[in-house]
Amino acid sequence: MLDLRLYIAQRLSAMVMAPLMVVHIVVMIIAVQGGLSAAEILSRTQGSVFWFLFYGLFVAAASLHAAIGLRVIVHEVTGLRGAGLTVLTWAVFGVFFFMGARAVTAVTML
Amino acid sequence: MMRPHRNHPLWFAFVLHRVSGLALALFLPVHFYMLALALRAPERLDGFLRWAELPLVRLAEGGLVFLLAVHLFGGLRLLALEFLPFSPRQKALAAGAVSAAVLVSGLFLLSAV
Amino acid sequence: MADNGQLEVSVWRGDSGSGRFESFRVPAEDNQTVLDVVSWIQQNLAGDLAYRFACRVGMCGSCAMTVNGTPRWTCRTHVKKVARNNRLTIAPLANLPVIRDLATDMDPFFARWIGAGGRFVPQRTRDDPVAPVRPDSPGRQAADAGIECINCGVCHAACDTVAASPDYLGPAPLQRAWTLVNDERHGARGAVLAAVSGAGGCHNCHSMGNCTAHCPKELDPLRAIAGLKRATFLGAFGKEI
Repeated sequence: MLDLRLYIAQRLSAMVMAPLMVVHIVVMIIAVQGGLSAAEILSRTQGSVFWFLFYGLFVAAASLHAAIGLRVIVHEVTGLRGAGLTVLTWAVFGVFFFMGARAVTAVTML
Repeated sequence: MMRPHRNHPLWFAFVLHRVSGLALALFLPVHFYMLALALRAPERLDGFLRWAELPLVRLAEGGLVFLLAVHLFGGLRLLALEFLPFSPRQKALAAGAVSAAVLVSGLFLLSAV
Repeated sequence: MADNGQLEVSVWRGDSGSGRFESFRVPAEDNQTVLDVVSWIQQNLAGDLAYRFACRVGMCGSCAMTVNGTPRWTCRTHVKKVARNNRLTIAPLANLPVIRDLATDMDPFFARWIGAGGRFVPQRTRDDPVAPVRPDSPGRQAADAGIECINCGVCHAACDTVAASPDYLGPAPLQRAWTLVNDERHGARGAVLAAVSGAGGCHNCHSMGNCTAHCPKELDPLRAIAGLKRATFLGAFGKEI
């Protein structure tokens, strides 16, 4: 149940995320050395415009990508289609984006 | 069900991409929820991060890193298949994506211990 | 292991609604195709067995069936290559309604060819001179890659996306669409790209490659569908392919 518009959204969000994911993985491997703490995460990210934009873009792309991916799986597994499928796609995107935005503001805002 | 017509490398690459994508999508809200605690309840996040240092949980985290990496590299293969001049070496590229993901998650586990 | 010189053959009897596998013993031969086995059963043991074939030499595409779980053209499939312990299980093609026994209703398959814009639209009439087409031009090469398709439906039966998503056009019609997009004589190339961009279009393909792995003509629908995705994607940003 992917038309051209959803396909474009899925591939563009993937292209946006590819370099972000590489950075994310590198940061993970570096940050996990010696253990993690809330204070350590905040000291790296709080007040940083770069990390705000980085993770903000990441959250937007990931929410879109995950919502479209789940849409495809739900359609192929349950046969759901039409308005129900559209509502589900947008609901997943909305919840993921809201939760992601909250996380980004929590770790980057002063 | 494992039917004979599915027994080839690109079908396994498809399943791996779907399973990893589904798992990452389900993990995403949990990840966001825990990070949002950093400001509102840092002691709960710290408690969670200490729990995450238990060996078995670390291993599971390595599994998550593997899923992330295999979805990334497998996705790059699909983007190349669709947008670059077609390469008939898809089986080798799919195997390369899995190898790179094993390498990355291994690196993560090594630096976590 | 069946008796010496005998094949143990299970054949689907029934339609989409109900049915069962019926067992037959068929003499094994040195050179024997799966279609030979089915024909022998129909001629000697079950005169009412419904199945379909015409040319027997891999040109007409009408004899495809599911052999031991895998979709195959039965007239070019040797029993020795696919039998396990002298056993064969023969069923109708998957992902299509069954009329009776081994004969499937191909209408939904061919409807997809039309749905994908697969009907050729000429730009000239019979009174015009023949259009000059360079055989080595990239477009003609891309079109040539798909024109040997015999419409057998093996890729359609092998595709899990067809099975999961009833609206999906499927590999063979999409490969036909890609052939027409690259055919400079075709008068409706934009219409083809529009036809494969809807809810059941080429963008549903997950590149699992069951089509390319099973095409008896060794064509590459996976590659053709990737071409359609690229062309429609670039087209959406105003770029011609």
